[in-house]
Amino acid sequence: MKAFSTVTGLVAPLDRANVDTDQIIPKQYLKSIHRTGFGDNLFDGWRFLDEGAPGMTPNERRINHDFVLNLPRYQGARVLLARDNFGCGSSREHAVWALMEFGFDVVIAPSFADIFYNNCFKNGLLPIVLEKEIIDDLFRRATSEDGLELTVDLVAQRITAPEGMLIGFEFDPVRKEKLVKGLDDIGMTLAERARIEAFEAKHYARMPWLPGAREKRS
Amino acid sequence: MASATTLYDKVWDSHHVGTRGDGESLLYIDLQLLHEVTSPQAFGGLKLAHRPLWRVTANLATPDHNVPTTNREMGFDGITDPIAHEQVVTLDANCREFGVEQFEILDPRQGIVHVVGPEQGATMPGMTIVCGDSHTSTHGAFAALAQGIGTSEVEHVMATQCLAQKKAGNFAIEVNGRLADGVHAKDLILAIIARLGTAGATGHTLEYRGEAVRALSMEGRMTLCNMAIEAGARAGMVAVDDTTLGYVHGRPFAPKGSLWDDAERYWRTLVSDPGAAFDRTLTMEASTLEPFVTWGTSPELGMGISGALPDPAAEADPVKAESIRLALAYMNLRPHQPITDIHLDRVFIGSCTNARIEDLRAAAKVVKGRRKANSVKQVMVVPGSGLVKAQAEREGLAQIFVDAGFEWRAAGCSMCLAMNPDKLGPGEHCASTSNRNFESRQGFGGRTHLVSPAMAAAAAIAGHFVDVREWL
Ligand code: SF4
Repeated sequence: MKAFSTVTGLVAPLDRANVDTDQIIPKQYLKSIHRTGFGDNLFDGWRFLDEGAPGMTPNERRINHDFVLNLPRYQGARVLLARDNFGCGSSREHAVWALMEFGFDVVIAPSFADIFYNNCFKNGLLPIVLEKEIIDDLFRRATSEDGLELTVDLVAQRITAPEGMLIGFEFDPVRKEKLVKGLDDIGMTLAERARIEAFEAKHYARMPWLPGAREKRS
Repeated sequence: MASATTLYDKVWDSHHVGTRGDGESLLYIDLQLLHEVTSPQAFGGLKLAHRPLWRVTANLATPDHNVPTTNREMGFDGITDPIAHEQVVTLDANCREFGVEQFEILDPRQGIVHVVGPEQGATMPGMTIVCGDSHTSTHGAFAALAQGIGTSEVEHVMATQCLAQKKAGNFAIEVNGRLADGVHAKDLILAIIARLGTAGATGHTLEYRGEAVRALSMEGRMTLCNMAIEAGARAGMVAVDDTTLGYVHGRPFAPKGSLWDDAERYWRTLVSDPGAAFDRTLTMEASTLEPFVTWGTSPELGMGISGALPDPAAEADPVKAESIRLALAYMNLRPHQPITDIHLDRVFIGSCTNARIEDLRAAAKVVKGRRKANSVKQVMVVPGSGLVKAQAEREGLAQIFVDAGFEWRAAGCSMCLAMNPDKLGPGEHCASTSNRNFESRQGFGGRTHLVSPAMAAAAAIAGHFVDVREWL
């Protein structure tokens, strides 16, 4: 996984609560057996007026010029500003892949749905929770004429704007270290191999009816 | 004596391997269910890193999301979409390569993973179960801790048999009294979600309790647990009782003989101890509930059949008012419109929420001797598995549907998420027994109303929503 470093970028405001993963990346794109190729279809139902299908390029689509991410002023944004319960619904990790491939490194919201939040950490997308009042203020600035550019520093847990605005944010220290170092979760767990093996020997002796009990591992 | 613990605490504790170097808990996983959509990248990751499956027999696979519900006898060749075809074939190839047991597309046991697991007895009380699908919570009906996970976590469980996570809070949903005739588990869970909101249980594991829950069949309990995720919870659970054991006993994967006796003795302990503390509690009264219908684009936007749609102008919270306004606009509905005024273009009876035999029986009971309204273009009935399909045919339910002008299909996810050819057209209203009414979920521009199988069947016949209690 890519390590997370400081990000400076434009903020795109998506002013809707309960944005679900079906909206972030619609199902017709989940047929892919790959981890890439989803960025062009991020928020497909909102960015385009026609129904998209896998393999179509954005140039052959009818663009919804009213949708916030299509406004010229938000092109190249790296920070997505969202409302409550962002990423609810389906567990599809494709939602995180699509956001990152589109160019987002950070999502800021008052709250996130559990599975989406977890999936962020597996890929190096940084989800930041801030209080509603601060979010309201960020929405005001991001939609103002000047727009808003932010620098997000995970190590210092600090967000700064050019005019000196400064916001601290809470972050789980364990998750922070993993993001900052880009650690591989599987490798970390396999380092505990001996404990897992000792656990499962006892576990299957206690519950010999479990399917895994049928198997002797070498 | 140890202090009183909840059902969730018990299953968690019995699978807690320890704490990893970074402080995350490692939870041992007894069963991983696999399907074609969220597994290819995980199998791909294993291959890239030259990692084996930690425990091959702790995996069970079946294709469901992409399979067509017609021309099933053609197997892979019946999948006309080349990308969907590749995904189903890839699952098959991966299962062969890694030695994972699969109910492949032509197997009579194929079906929606969350219907297949319990039906086979692969889902057992006290287990930890994961699947790359958020509705894995369904299996919690068996007092299992069953959670939906993302693809990276699928790969993690494949490689380590563990899930690294933090323990969630305990949330009791106490449902007193009994559901009235014509009011089903689906109505109850929609009412719970309307109360809690779609993020109301984030960070918690739900335990459904109380007289109304005890009175439900396993099918009904699965419907409740299926939609725990729609309230923001990763898992929902119901304690073990005679109903649970009666369902599991004799199923192909269930233990037999003395192994069953040992298992049963343990399984009977899988209840929250008297006096166990919950972090949160919601109490509901079952007897006053009406059949429920969602009118908006989030499962929390629903109400009883006698209700009328809300007016965003009357909502004080501006974010909520905007949600209501956007939902009404997308659904092409007006404030104050009665629910019974909503007319349907299509009806879908299926999905891991409501495509088990009891669901089909409830629908068939309403349909028997009646015909679908001419104004309804299509009514699709899609059983949850090949075995449900066969049973419904034996019981004569399939014929009742066909006689009413409904389409009787082969098993799969179908129009629950419309990855296969079963879809709504733009602007069409659909009464659906599935679990999500998000924009375009059932087809581009489609408008979904979540209801119980009985309500869906009645709507198919009337052409608009009706109170099914008046038809019984
Ligand atoms: S039936 Fe619907 S909700 Fe259930 S697993 Fe299939 S797509 Fe997901």
